[in-house]
Amino acid sequence: MGIFAFSAPDPCNAFITRIPEAEYGDGKLAGVSIAVKDNISTKGIQTTCGSKILEGYVPPYDAHVVELLRAEGAAILGKTNMDEFGMGTTTENSAYGPTLNPADRERVPGGSSGGSAAAVASGMVRMALGTDTGGSIRCPAAFCGIVGMKPTYGRVSRYGLVAYANSLEQIGPMAANVPDISLLMGVLTCHDPRDSTSIIAPYTHTPDPDIHGLKVGVPEEYFGKGVDPRVASTVWEGISLLERLGAEIITCRMPSMDYALAAYYVTCMSEASSNLARFDGVRYGPPADPKKQWHESFQERRRDGFGKEVRRRVMLGTFALSSGYYGKYYAKAQSARRNVAADFSRLFSEVDVLAGPTMPTIAFRLGEKSDPLSMYLSDILTVPANLAGVPAISVPCGKVDGMPVGLQIMGRWCADERVIDVAYAFEEGVSA
Amino acid sequence: MISERDVLHIAELADIGITREELDEFTGQFNDILDYFDILDQVEAGAGAETGLYNVFRDDEVVPSLPPDEILGNAGETEDDFFRAPRVM
Repeated sequence: MGIFAFSAPDPCNAFITRIPEAEYGDGKLAGVSIAVKDNISTKGIQTTCGSKILEGYVPPYDAHVVELLRAEGAAILGKTNMDEFGMGTTTENSAYGPTLNPADRERVPGGSSGGSAAAVASGMVRMALGTDTGGSIRCPAAFCGIVGMKPTYGRVSRYGLVAYANSLEQIGPMAANVPDISLLMGVLTCHDPRDSTSIIAPYTHTPDPDIHGLKVGVPEEYFGKGVDPRVASTVWEGISLLERLGAEIITCRMPSMDYALAAYYVTCMSEASSNLARFDGVRYGPPADPKKQWHESFQERRRDGFGKEVRRRVMLGTFALSSGYYGKYYAKAQSARRNVAADFSRLFSEVDVLAGPTMPTIAFRLGEKSDPLSMYLSDILTVPANLAGVPAISVPCGKVDGMPVGLQIMGRWCADERVIDVAYAFEEGVSA
Repeated sequence: MISERDVLHIAELADIGITREELDEFTGQFNDILDYFDILDQVEAGAGAETGLYNVFRDDEVVPSLPPDEILGNAGETEDDFFRAPRVM
């Protein structure tokens, strides 16, 4: 038990809210410094989701994961910056200013959990929680040179996570090394009846670096169009290290990658259009003008409180669900999603894990991805795991132009332990 | 092709306010993004394996909830134990 005095400078704007004196207790995380992404509810601590519309909102309850962290004695040092409601790949889309990449402050940290990644990479905290809807943990982990994991869908309760796209998102751990990821997984994976998608599958594993005989599939599509050849060759070197450690490398195909990204964006925008309807200025956020008509007041509140990317996604989601277009967009996206899941099932009957780059490029320069579609395209390698609900991790695997590159390992549904073992073998192999 | 009029209609349906200056920008971007989504036309309707999803129900039991002052604490306008909302009619 004690108080963690938190006074470290924050030159990368990793935090939206800081706790200068954080109390901590006893347990597996006694006194461990942890940052929490700002879309995860923290009782008594402002939770903005990176949005102006929630400025000053103080949740009256803790998210399940925050209850678990507190119960194990963690020192929660603050809430980290993010793309508004998780909508972005750079952490530039925040009402609280962009987060910068600690490896090069002219570049973005990735997103949307960019504040959490920068806080860990710059050594401000030992661990952080992020959320991953289409790569939002793995992308910033890769861009900042840390480890980040999206657990199997359902393994970590989403109770208290401000919903953006419920069928895709998971809370997950971010840390400097794989043993810390494993430690956090042991705390976070606790069944919670308040999340109807929560499964009973506690993580009690200790990472084992022995990967002799492991079959690693490498989908050709992960080295296809749009992937920077320097990133591709760095990741291939990483994959050959797995081979030297005793794994068997098998190239394979994932044809559903052709339309996985479109399926992802149609799905997340549609879910966002429904989830974000709650931000109406009545129960939280700046007060609505009671003298105005409902729709007029509602529209003004959302025009002033939401950034452009959020409004874009809510409008496109509304369109994709509207009568006359539902069949062309939403229904087709769900068929495509099942095809992605079928591709994973087929591949996982032949191999134990799949490996490839986490991101097609190194971190972008600030302002480089001003066109929304070009930003969306950079999520192509991370969204398949979310569509299928399978676990995936990003582990540092060398540098290009001085910037970190991430190796992504994806595993069978609920085989988070195996994914962590492979990442651990790789991490140990690199440092050997 | 999505026209500016379509975008205004969608904004109205979604209760999203947009400014005159944003209309042109959103219209162009929506057309680019929706063109990209056309790749879904290749997907066979109803394709893919069974999802194995099923509904999860719980008993409707009364459990303690948060006190009204905590629930209302973040609202801009309240009256007694109620949220105050703009006029609907």
